[in-house]
Amino acid sequence: MSRVPKLALQAVAIAVVASMIALLGWRVVTHDRAQGIADAIAAGKTPAAPDFDLPLLDGTGRVVLSSLRGKAVVLNFWASWCLPCKDEAPRLQAAWEKWRDRGVVFVGVDAQDFRGDAKRFVARYRLTYPIVHDGRGSTLGRFGVSGFPETWFVDREGRLVGARIQGPVSARELDDNIRLALGDAS
Amino acid sequence: MRRLAVVLALVLSLGAIGTASASEQHPTLAELENEVICPTCHTLLALSSSPIAERMRAFIARRIAVGDTKSEIKAKLVDEFGEGVLAAPPKRGFNLLVWILPIGGALVAAVVVGLLARRWVRARAAADLDERAGGSAPLDPELERRLDEELARFEA
Repeated sequence: MSRVPKLALQAVAIAVVASMIALLGWRVVTHDRAQGIADAIAAGKTPAAPDFDLPLLDGTGRVVLSSLRGKAVVLNFWASWCLPCKDEAPRLQAAWEKWRDRGVVFVGVDAQDFRGDAKRFVARYRLTYPIVHDGRGSTLGRFGVSGFPETWFVDREGRLVGARIQGPVSARELDDNIRLALGDAS
Repeated sequence: MRRLAVVLALVLSLGAIGTASASEQHPTLAELENEVICPTCHTLLALSSSPIAERMRAFIARRIAVGDTKSEIKAKLVDEFGEGVLAAPPKRGFNLLVWILPIGGALVAAVVVGLLARRWVRARAAADLDERAGGSAPLDPELERRLDEELARFEA
């Protein structure tokens, strides 16, 4: 084989191997970032909340998490097919009604779910806080959400604070972590 | 004989097209269960018994009952869950690479093997020709001198 095609083939082979290594590295870094957020929360740190831009379930607009700076945010990941989500839905609605006028926003992230089923769930439990739809589940990996329901708290500066609640959240957990997110832990 | 083979090939091709068309127009739940992924467990829907898989089966059955084609049902599932819900990525855009790369890789490998084989055959043919001509490549002068010396010493 003459020199030029041989060199070209070698260059292509090196490029293919390099791109595969880069892809692997990207996958590892992305996964580690989500794991890093969960580890930081568990260690009592306050990492920045991963941003998202998702459509509202009722189709009336979008919610960008970073646009809620200045308010405490309760992020609840759920799906209509999740049984424990039915259990906690009334508690979330009650907490929303209690805190909504005190600088707190609740955002429900309905993930990996049919829109129609989610709308029926919202109507059945009379949820009035904003619900966004993430059919692909693209936010789950960024937060490291491992199951439904899961609740996170974001402070006024966009940092994750308090506990990451895996499973149905209690009224007390909501109140305690909302106070933390508001910077009012006393 | 040749004509018979052509007719047979045509009949088989038309049969395959007909089957594909029937599957597109009147899909079955079993077919779609093997072409769709469960979004929470990332396995084929046919292999999943998760709550969302059960809902997807019910959705597909409802869509089949109202007469949706296979493409329409898949499009609705993609609208709900994104393209990741399809077991095989669509043949367009960036996803096209998934289809092209293996075929392209196989072609490149075939060309490389072909070139190497041709080179090897040529080298072998040249060696055979050389051998048949009774000669071999001229020895290095230094090696020839040493060989002469060794032979002279052996004969002495």
